[in-house]
This record gives sequence, structure tokens and C-alpha cells, in this order.
Amino acid sequence: MSDRRVVVTGLGAVTPLGLDVATTWQAMLAGRSGVREIASFDASPLAVRIAAEIPDFDPDDWMGRRAAMHLDRYAQLFWASTKQALDDAGLAFEEDDPQAQRAGVALGSGIGGIMTFQESMDTMRQRGHDRVSPYAIPRIISNMGAGVVSIDFNLLGPNVCSVTACAASANALGDAAEIIKRGDADIMVAGGAEAAVCEFAVTGFMQSRALSRRNDDPAGASRPFDKDRDGFVIGEGAATLVLEELGHALARGANIYAELIGYGMSSDGFHMTLPRPGGAGAAWAMKNALGNAGLDASDVDYINAHGTSTQANDSAETAAIRTVFGDHADGLPVSSTKSMTGHLLGGAGALESMVCILALRDGVVPPTINYEIPDPECDLDYVPNEARQVRVRRAMTNSFGFGGHNVALVFTA
Amino acid sequence: MERPEIEKKLVELLVDELGIDSESITMDATFEEDLEVDSLGVVELLMALEDTFGVKIPDEEAEAISTVGEAVDLVMQKLGG
Repeated sequence: MSDRRVVVTGLGAVTPLGLDVATTWQAMLAGRSGVREIASFDASPLAVRIAAEIPDFDPDDWMGRRAAMHLDRYAQLFWASTKQALDDAGLAFEEDDPQAQRAGVALGSGIGGIMTFQESMDTMRQRGHDRVSPYAIPRIISNMGAGVVSIDFNLLGPNVCSVTACAASANALGDAAEIIKRGDADIMVAGGAEAAVCEFAVTGFMQSRALSRRNDDPAGASRPFDKDRDGFVIGEGAATLVLEELGHALARGANIYAELIGYGMSSDGFHMTLPRPGGAGAAWAMKNALGNAGLDASDVDYINAHGTSTQANDSAETAAIRTVFGDHADGLPVSSTKSMTGHLLGGAGALESMVCILALRDGVVPPTINYEIPDPECDLDYVPNEARQVRVRRAMTNSFGFGGHNVALVFTA
Repeated sequence: MERPEIEKKLVELLVDELGIDSESITMDATFEEDLEVDSLGVVELLMALEDTFGVKIPDEEAEAISTVGEAVDLVMQKLGG
């Protein structure tokens, strides 16, 4: 076993609740919803007309117009959250800096540049094959967010991308930590990004019956664990964490937010989109994360749930938490910030890891908003509607993806 | 179409479609060195020229262009000017 430990030394985020970490966190603690009527395209023909969009993100402000033109929105968002995280960590590399080769990138994105995919298909069908942009493929591929930040910030170490749907950035963080532990890098910029609020992706999720249709009440649509929940709300955004080997961080006097101590995975092996009944697969991942961290279930003080607001996820995840945490589950705060941010899909794991880290730092856990009607199948303490002061020493976050990918991460102060 | 009009339109599309800073564009500027247009950008430029001027430019003729002025020459020739 490696004795190298991995800590978090920088945070960055661009979310439906704000263009930076502080604004996003304050909005979460205030219980604000980022869900609105879809503004970026005409959703009037659709049965789903709501999403958690980022209305005021201008990529030109971050990377300049020429660079922004060549990137899909998901990569633009990742660029912006990564810039913030590196600044927060006090890190910048020149190309000829030997340290640059010890710094890498791990991105998670569920579906990458799907907006560009949709536009390019329209162009091809309407205007012909010779009008498709030469940048179409570089913009679409899910790893280009990682590619472009490695180019622009001179991160010349390992460069990887996970595409495990809604577990993608949780895998990115866990895998990045393992890369540091085994000595392949000292720093990993790790995070997730998604920008799938476009006609095709909303339609696709809508047709899989995964999305809330509460169009007349956007702010109340994402209601994890509430009896009347009717699906998730698609959200866009990005979050980046700077992961760093502990000794490296101490040597340069870096601000240390938290330590990543547990990474557990499992596979449902059951169904493409539905969870294994009773949440068995989710429970295996949580158990593996506790084992990896060397913790007992009773050591965990807070869980940021996957909590998507679908009927199937929230009851199965509740059952899984009961399986793993036993009696400790009764006094354990479990909240879903997707009630406010919507579901960032591949970006969710990184954003919700950030939530755990800020809960550790500030001794407060954000609420599950829109919690009104208890469901007998969802009987945990979901921190309903108001943030709560809690001394959090160890926090877990869950991420589960279509395909049966289950990931749990554990952080400690 | 007169040459000054073609020049003006070409500068506009370089700014609008390729995101190039208008101050760096002169007729002597080379695409690759001065304007940092890479191989993908050249394809994009070709498409923009065809769309803007309603002409058809084969790849091999596009590859022969190195400066903004030469692009104007090519468009003039295609337009029969």
C-alpha cells in the first residue's frame, strides 16, 4: 500500500447557482433553486421545458473569443472551473517547468459536446457534408475538455477522461487520487463538466422518462426524496478540484481543504437505466469506500446523496444507505443538492464532492429543498429545506450512472 | 465585386468566423505565421470564403494561399474579376 496521501488544495465551479464557488455555496446554504424555464432554445414543443441553466456565463470573458469559438460549451465550463481551481491553489505552470510533467488532468463528462453534435447534424442535413466544421469532432469528443486545459495550463502529466455517465466525475476524482498515490503525478486537476441542455439531449432524457415534467413550477421540480418527485431536472455546469500529494502541498505551504480518503466502486450488473432493487449495487460501492478509507459506518457525519429526484433512485439509495449504515442512518444527515442545482450528469460527482469539502470546512450542511411530503420508502433525515449547522468530520458523496456505475467518495477535514 | 469590397468582406469573416483580432489583419499577413490559423482553421476559412462569396474553391487551390492578399486574389479570380 502506498503511503502517499491525497489532499484537496483548490476549488473551482461554474454552476446554475453561480459563476464561482463562493456564490454557489451561499446559494445552496440559502436553499435557492437554479431551475428555470429553458432559455437557450425553444422548448415549447417538448413535454419538458425546464432545466438548470447557467444564464450569465460568457466564455469570451474567460478564455477569449477565438479560443472559445473552438470549444463546446461543456469544455468552456470546465476551462473556467479549472482556471478558478488553479488560481485558488496558487498554481501556474510554464511549459518548460519540470513540475508541469508532474501535474495532470482527470475529467469526467457523461456525454461531452452533445450541443455541437446536434448543431453539426443539423448543418450536415440542411447544408451538406462539406459545410460540417473541421472543429466538429474535436469539439464533440468527451475528453477534449481535459485536452484543452492541459494545453492552456501546461499540465503535462497524466491526462485521462472517464465517461461513466452520472458517475463520470466521481470516477475522475477517485482515479486521479490513485494516480497520485501510485506516484505517477503529484498534482491532478480533477473534475467534471456537462452542458447538455439542448433540444436533442433534453428530448432523449425526456423519452427515457427520466425528467420531471413539473413545468409550471420550475423551482419546485427537483424534489429528491419527496413523495411527489417525478424525475430529475437536467442541469449544466462544471467543478474542478486540485488534488495534491500531501507532502507536496505541505512543502509549498498550500491551503489544504480536505483529504480524499475513500474511493469505492461497484457495478449494478442489472439494467441499463434502473438501479438494482433495494439499492444493492449502491450499497456495495459505499461499503467499498468505507473499507478503502478504513472507516466504520458510524464515522461518517454527512452524506451528499446522488438523490436525483427520480422515483427509482431515491428509494433505492435510501435502502442502500440503510443497508450500509444500519442504526447510524437514523441520525445521519443526508441531503441532495440536486434539489437546487439540477442534475449535472457527468459534472455532478465533482460538484457534490466540493459540497462535502465545504461542509467539512464550514460545519454546515446544505438542505434538500422542496421536501414537503414524506415517502415511506424514503425515511432518512434529508436536511429538509434549511441548511443545518453540523460538525462534519467525514463526509461521503454518492454518484450512480446509467449503465450501473456506482461510486462513493469519502473526504475528511 | 470590386477588390476593396472583397477585402472588407474577407476581414469581416476572419474576425467573425475565425475569431481573429482585426488589428492583426493586413493584406501581407500570413495565415499560418501571423494569424496563427492552423490546418483546421484553413478548412474553416475555405468554407467561409465559399459561403461569403458564393464560389467553389478546391482544396489544392486553397492550400496554395499563404497571405490574406492571396486569398483576395483567389476570390477575385473565381468571381471572374
